[in-house]
Amino acid sequence: MSALLAVLRRELAAYLVTPVAYVFIVIFLALAGAFTFYLGDFYRRGQADLTPFFSYLPWLFLVLVPAVAMRLWAEERRSGTLELLLTLPIGRGAAMLGKFLAAWAFIALALALTFPLWLTVNYLGHPDNGAILAAYCGSLLMAGALLAIGTGLSAATRSQVVAFILTELVGLGYLLAGHRLVLGLVQGWLPPGVADALAGFSFIDHYEAIARGVLNADDVMFFVLTIVCWLGAGVLLLELTETG
Amino acid sequence: MRAMIEAENLSRHYGGMLAVDALNLRVRAGEVVGLLGPNGAGKTTSLRMLAGFLAPGSGRARIAGHDVERQPHAARRALGYLPEGAPSYGEMSVLGFLQFIARVRRLSGERRRSRLDAVIQQLELDDVLALPIETLSKGYRRRVGLAQAILHDPPVLILDEPTDGLDPNQKQAARALIRGLARDRAILISTHLLEEVPTVCSRVAVIARGRLLADATPAELERRSRYHGAVSFSAPGAGPARAAISLLPGVDTVEVEPLGGRVTVFPKPGRAILAEVQGILAAQRVAISELALERGRLDDVFRRLTADPAEAA
Repeated sequence: MSALLAVLRRELAAYLVTPVAYVFIVIFLALAGAFTFYLGDFYRRGQADLTPFFSYLPWLFLVLVPAVAMRLWAEERRSGTLELLLTLPIGRGAAMLGKFLAAWAFIALALALTFPLWLTVNYLGHPDNGAILAAYCGSLLMAGALLAIGTGLSAATRSQVVAFILTELVGLGYLLAGHRLVLGLVQGWLPPGVADALAGFSFIDHYEAIARGVLNADDVMFFVLTIVCWLGAGVLLLELTETG
Repeated sequence: MRAMIEAENLSRHYGGMLAVDALNLRVRAGEVVGLLGPNGAGKTTSLRMLAGFLAPGSGRARIAGHDVERQPHAARRALGYLPEGAPSYGEMSVLGFLQFIARVRRLSGERRRSRLDAVIQQLELDDVLALPIETLSKGYRRRVGLAQAILHDPPVLILDEPTDGLDPNQKQAARALIRGLARDRAILISTHLLEEVPTVCSRVAVIARGRLLADATPAELERRSRYHGAVSFSAPGAGPARAAISLLPGVDTVEVEPLGGRVTVFPKPGRAILAEVQGILAAQRVAISELALERGRLDDVFRRLTADPAEAA
């Protein structure tokens, strides 16, 4: 446990000294604002809620979360510190979890910094703050799932670019899984049960269910399980590709 | 005494090649064993298996009696390890990095403070504590790596090329440190520097192409050299004496260095020739500027061991 906390602390400290963290937060906030006000037509909708913000958020995460995740293991592999870390008395699972939690906390901070949007809707009207809180929880869970995919895949390679692209692809798959475009594509040749199961993996469906204001145990469990599975896959990948 | 580092028939394929072939090696407390071999001999792969970074293809590795695969945590707690190239987190300060290692190793309170102070002083890191590691010279980085390895005062140390990148003075200091640490510890170092062997190691394991070719003390290895017991001298105009010396019953051959003209007289196996050679030089009144009895040359043994496997077998 203390070894896990040491890794978590080291990763968080690394955000403070590298410009990547500041660049990430600035770009995230700028894009979140642009999506909400311009693409989302925040004012002309005439409704005091954050629907425009939350409906674009998954796509913003798809672009930015893999950028946070890609360095987590690939950099250790490239610089040789992987050998140092994995010969210290810390389990691979604990190291994986420490890194993931640090990056997740960082993304939570970026998400929390969108609070002026929340202040704005409360100034303009009387939004359902419970629903907004639920939507924030859903956003954090979905970001965590994307981050877990990226953390796991980052363990497989010494190239951050490869880790980034793989995560984009898998993440896109998860986001589009329930989309009629994809379903229409597979329905012709996959048995209906399989197509339905595929739709069940849709990040968007589970996310929107939570964002409607219902913090359903099923949807929460879906994201938690996705996180656990991908981090577990990452531990396996570390062991299979230890020779890096 | 129980062996603190044990390799039992360790083997491992690497990229389709047998990188380490049935390595057997034991290091006891108080010993510094030097793993010596040409580049690509399998030194680093062997150390990585012993440190628990690479899983052995077959065979067993134990640290302080703990199997590195079955009891990885117990083995790692007993081990201080300097990986090849002394990797560390470049963006961290020296102090921050050592504190991170202390936390992962569960050192706390007074013990953490005293151990940090000790290694900072032992490796003379005072001046660079607050600097990011990536801004340091290669020598400082290597010392940070060494500090990290000995921070928890482990009974077993495995150091992959601990003096690589150090200047001659720092090399001297690092070797003195390793000798000092060896008093109550088992230490395995890898090196390709022959000069390091007699100054640091109590035993040498020579490997090439993944196979252990010799496991002996430096003195034993020197005795295997054709130079062992040879007499060499420098004397201008020693031509006639050379002819007389080559006729001595105990002498095998006489060689003259083309540059400098230094003469080396090789004995037949098991013969002592120093007195006879000196006798002839004195009788012929040769003015010698210098004369030496050779202990044997490690580079000669090393070359023959690693270049010709048939001879070693």
